[in-house]
Amino acid sequence: MTATLTKPQLDEAGAPRVRLAAEQVRLAYGENVVVDGLDLALTDGSFTAIVGPNGCGKSTLLRALGRLLRPTSGQVVLDGKPIARTSTREVAKVLGMLPQTPIAPEGLTVADLVARGRHPHQSWLRQWSRDDEDVVAEALSWTDMAEFADRPVDALSGGQRQRAWISMALAQGTDLLLLDEPTTYLDLSHQIDVLELVERLHTERGRTVAVVLHDLNLAARYARRLVAMKDGVLVASGTPAEVLTEELLAEVFDLEARVIPDPVSGTPMVVPVRRLR
Amino acid sequence: MSTTITTRGPGVRTDRRRVVRIGPVSGVVRTRQLLLPVVALVALVLVSAVSLGRGDYPIGLADVLRTLVGIGDPTQQFVVTQLRAPRIVVGVLVGLALGLSGALIQTFARNPLASPDTLGINAGASAAAVAVIVVGGGTSGAAQLLGGLGLPVAALVGGLLTALLIFGLAWRKGVDGYRLVLVGVGLSSVGFAAVDWLITRSTITDAAAATVWLTGSLNARTWDQAWPLGLVLVVLVPVALACSRQLGVLQFGEDTARALGVRVGAAQAVVVLVAVALAAVSVAAAGPIQFVALVVPQVAVRLAGGSRPPLLASALLGAVLVVGSDLLARTVLPVALPVGIVTAVVGAPYLLWLLVRGRRALS
Repeated sequence: MTATLTKPQLDEAGAPRVRLAAEQVRLAYGENVVVDGLDLALTDGSFTAIVGPNGCGKSTLLRALGRLLRPTSGQVVLDGKPIARTSTREVAKVLGMLPQTPIAPEGLTVADLVARGRHPHQSWLRQWSRDDEDVVAEALSWTDMAEFADRPVDALSGGQRQRAWISMALAQGTDLLLLDEPTTYLDLSHQIDVLELVERLHTERGRTVAVVLHDLNLAARYARRLVAMKDGVLVASGTPAEVLTEELLAEVFDLEARVIPDPVSGTPMVVPVRRLR
Repeated sequence: MSTTITTRGPGVRTDRRRVVRIGPVSGVVRTRQLLLPVVALVALVLVSAVSLGRGDYPIGLADVLRTLVGIGDPTQQFVVTQLRAPRIVVGVLVGLALGLSGALIQTFARNPLASPDTLGINAGASAAAVAVIVVGGGTSGAAQLLGGLGLPVAALVGGLLTALLIFGLAWRKGVDGYRLVLVGVGLSSVGFAAVDWLITRSTITDAAAATVWLTGSLNARTWDQAWPLGLVLVVLVPVALACSRQLGVLQFGEDTARALGVRVGAAQAVVVLVAVALAAVSVAAAGPIQFVALVVPQVAVRLAGGSRPPLLASALLGAVLVVGSDLLARTVLPVALPVGIVTAVVGAPYLLWLLVRGRRALS
């Protein structure tokens, strides 16, 4: 694992500054309350993975953090300001978000997709500045997508497509990036490929990243911090070694498992035994 | 003022995308997308000029041009500017409105089947207009006044009310393209059932008048129809074109669009309002000319390339289709058919041909 190259912003006490925080948020779809009274703070330069069983509210939480869902009570704070009172455009300059399996319209080329990442920085007159052009070209080559620039997104393989979306998020130029299950539907080698890319965004580009992941071993290997959720409640938070314990797996996932050190990275590795209950 | 054409970064091919920067203004220009509206405009001018000359009293192209600049023979002058020009101008405006409306709705709904035809906006406008023809066609003075003045207004109100109903029923924390089309198909049937019911209850003369209006016709249009339509378009077309940038991002779905800084609700509301208003005013002016709004944007996107129907080109091609179909209906065919029949007969096979020929699926 490479060391963090970019220094995080610090607060007065010398600790990394909180960039994005959920404060006592209650999240609901209509009558159906998914998350109630949850607190979570993402500090500058952190790389957090949110894990938990299906339906635990992790994607809902991510949507709220990304201002796609308004909490029914509590608030989300971005850089010390309530996110609900910040304009959509201002948020989009600081905070990028990739929904789970985003849809690219048919016929759209990779270059055009990545160029759309510049939308929050453009105006009706200023549709394609030299800045936009440089940033997009750089994002394409940094994600190794330059050779596919003129290819339609729908003609790409799943792994390449996810790279194209990450390239768009990079072009958006936001300090913070939220990713909702970026490895869904990908085979293992492409999962690794995408997570390496996300890790490079974190280490080389200093992005503050929060990602919802299903694969615990990969989450433990790539994220610096794990957050485990169950039934809309934050059960544990800390380094992968602190969170991924046999007790927690039983409690959160109803899973009897052994936890051994990953022979490659030394991070905890889950070996499932059987489902409890 | 300088125009710079720049190359893009390493490994990025430069064809088809040119960057133009003049002072603080910058944008990307794609050759095909720039060329198509120009070609469409030239075609539109040609078709219109030919159409001005053709009819029971043929006038040569040179004479037509002469009358247009006001130096023609007085008889020709009258025929061209008072009899034929309003019909063609209404045709052009209706075509522009329909093509643009279709392009907006299809992009908004992310569904090529969505258009004012399929969503039932035409049906709603038709039901209201036929009600006016049938109910207002009575012998009393008040009924005649209603029939004379009220038809366009009724069509407009009917179209807008139907649209309100469609979006009200299809709205579930945002608009889903499929749901929108399904609701539209349902309401469309209701609207046309109402039309049928009204026609069975009407006198034979009213029924005939209603039927002609229902196919969409440019017959006997005067400047009285052209002016209001023109004024509405002067307002709505720039608004629609200004939405283009937002539409490009709305295509990604609501979550991604919002994450890219678009105020999704507001942007959607503007797009829908403009699209529905365009469709409704066109129906008010010429009846429900079917198929233009559905087929033209799909033709335009196949000709221009890209991921969504180009707005300006769709509008211009819509005008070409309507005016060209009207020309065909008036000259080539043995019986003068209403334009709505010809747009369907010309438009549908062309779309089918493009579909068969193209590798692009109907997304």
